[in-house]
Amino acid sequence: MNIIVCVKHVPETAEAEIEIDSTGTAIKKTGLVFDINEWDDYALEEAVLLKEKLGGTVTAITMGSEDSDAVLRKCLARGADDAIRLTDPQFEGSDGYAIAKILSRVIKNLPFNLVLTGAQASDDGYATVGPTLATLLGIPHATMVKKIEFNDGVAQVNRELEGGLEEIVEVPLPAVLAVQTGINEPRYVSIMGTRKALKKEIKTLGLVDVGLSENEVGEAGSWAKIEKMYVPPVEKQADFLSGSPEEMAAKIAEILKTKGLI
Amino acid sequence: MTEIFVLAEHRQGQIRDITFEMLSKGRELTGQTNTELTAVLLGKDVKTHANSLQDYAKTVLLVEDPKLENFNADAYHKVLSSLVKEHKPLLTLIGHTSFGVDLAPSLAVSMNTPLATDCIDLEFKGETLTVTRQMYGGKVNVKATLRKAEGYIATVRQATFPPEKKAPVNGKIVEVPSILSEEVTKKRFIKYVLPPPGGVDISAAEVLIGIGRGIKDGSNIPPVEGLAKTLGGALACSRPIVDKGWLPNDRQVGSSGKTVKPKLYLALGISGAFQHVLGMKTSDLIIAVNKDPKAPIFGVADYGIVEDLFKIVPALESKIRELKGK
Ligand SMILES: Cc1cc2nc3c(=O)[nH]c(=O)nc-3n(C[C@H](O)[C@H](O)[C@H](O)COP(=O)(O)OP(=O)(O)OC[C@H]3O[C@@H](n4cnc5c(N)ncnc54)[C@H](O)[C@@H]3O)c2cc1C
Repeated sequence: MNIIVCVKHVPETAEAEIEIDSTGTAIKKTGLVFDINEWDDYALEEAVLLKEKLGGTVTAITMGSEDSDAVLRKCLARGADDAIRLTDPQFEGSDGYAIAKILSRVIKNLPFNLVLTGAQASDDGYATVGPTLATLLGIPHATMVKKIEFNDGVAQVNRELEGGLEEIVEVPLPAVLAVQTGINEPRYVSIMGTRKALKKEIKTLGLVDVGLSENEVGEAGSWAKIEKMYVPPVEKQADFLSGSPEEMAAKIAEILKTKGLI
Repeated sequence: MTEIFVLAEHRQGQIRDITFEMLSKGRELTGQTNTELTAVLLGKDVKTHANSLQDYAKTVLLVEDPKLENFNADAYHKVLSSLVKEHKPLLTLIGHTSFGVDLAPSLAVSMNTPLATDCIDLEFKGETLTVTRQMYGGKVNVKATLRKAEGYIATVRQATFPPEKKAPVNGKIVEVPSILSEEVTKKRFIKYVLPPPGGVDISAAEVLIGIGRGIKDGSNIPPVEGLAKTLGGALACSRPIVDKGWLPNDRQVGSSGKTVKPKLYLALGISGAFQHVLGMKTSDLIIAVNKDPKAPIFGVADYGIVEDLFKIVPALESKIRELKGK
């Protein structure tokens, strides 16, 4: 089974202080720690698990700046055989649609049975790349995938629905499956693996190589254009308690007592 | 007159709430655009759903086919795209749900129609559609405009718009024959899988302590469990805790877990992503502990503590023991 896994290098923002940059349409990236998108981490692991079980190869592919090599190196260290980075100044400002277009141009020329993507990216949260890519490639897809099994050239997958419900669907290969978190337990990278990965070549391709024109990529080739980014207005804000941890704990205890909860 | 389409979402015999939320937003948008509201209902034996949608939309387009009994992105895609081709709606609204995310992108690509996903607001100014969405786990909002086109598709976040109250319309039901041929779709629905029955029913607990990724490691959970016991409550959690296998999935609160409404929800190290908040925002009292003063959880909490949870947990445990001791 030859598998392509699409990954993205994203800033970790859950615990970071976020500021809007001078363009007013993006966040300041300096000082932020970047890593593989959480959903892609599970997609990568699933690709490597399937390779270990069924043989074949795993190719990791990303569209992003040179910094994205860090994510590709991680993929190589975790078991990917090849890595491709799609980089061009014209690619900047691409939304999920433009990214899928760029990816599709490269993937269609690679031999594969399966493409795995994350169900969404933690930065822009579009949740469109997987199914968009599938449609551009003319092959079927399933999103929100929590389990993958194969049966005679057909993937049988569990899709997560709301409230803990799942559905099982059959998707003939080749197909694109967009993976939801929790499908597996991503492994840690061994030091040996990291060292080996450093020696591997990362293939890079630009606009001309993928055979697209300027107005098909970036903002011009996107469905949507970001006009303004802002910190959401707070409709309601918590009453913040102050003091030392002990003092704040005492205040909570007091509140709970007044409410009859202690 | 052109229309705004709302794709009705239903599952296992029930119209899902998102349908009524989209009808509410859709109605508002018809006012901005001089269009009419049309509910699109695909399914098998769903006449009763069509009847209830008559109270909300001017027209209910009904396509019945045994192949539409369960949601199937391929089958839905075929039928919906033929309706869109014929009616040329200005906008098609689809839920940003598991169903919607499986369907909307391929529909948009094949119809060459711009798509905006997970919208929390939509507005037409003239012919320009501007949407509001969130990025970076809800830490920022963006306003984005869609590329000018004849029609648009948008997926709408759940529980964001108030569900539509019945409107004084008596919509007409238009039955459209199914275009699906005998040839099976590429994708095939097999069956639903129910979540395994859990040991603890967190939706019945009066006091819940919700732990999030801030707990850092599964080995840090026992002291928090101790605090939950002292408070006479149970442990709940955000999704990453289940994904990592630190707690079973019957403890997960949120859109893909359970909805809870305890007397107290104490959130420890939870950022307050929309999918989590959806499951706990109606709790009577919400107290949140988070190191980050800008964490979105403070937008739903009644009381907030900006501090390391590992300092608060033992302090609170001893305070409560002290009070209980008296
Ligand atoms: C389709 C879909 C369905 C989903 N369903 C759900 C769902 O049902 N439930 C759910 O919860 N999520 C769900 N999610 C995931 C959701 O989007 C978030 O990723 C998740 O809720 C984040 O969990 P968290 O707040 O624990 O982690 P993070 O967002 O990583 O937040 C951790 C927080 O802990 C704080 N922190 C760190 N260390 C400390 C410390 N020592 N003391 C105090 N605070 C600290 C940080 O400041 C941060 O705010 C879903 C996502 C998708 C795409």
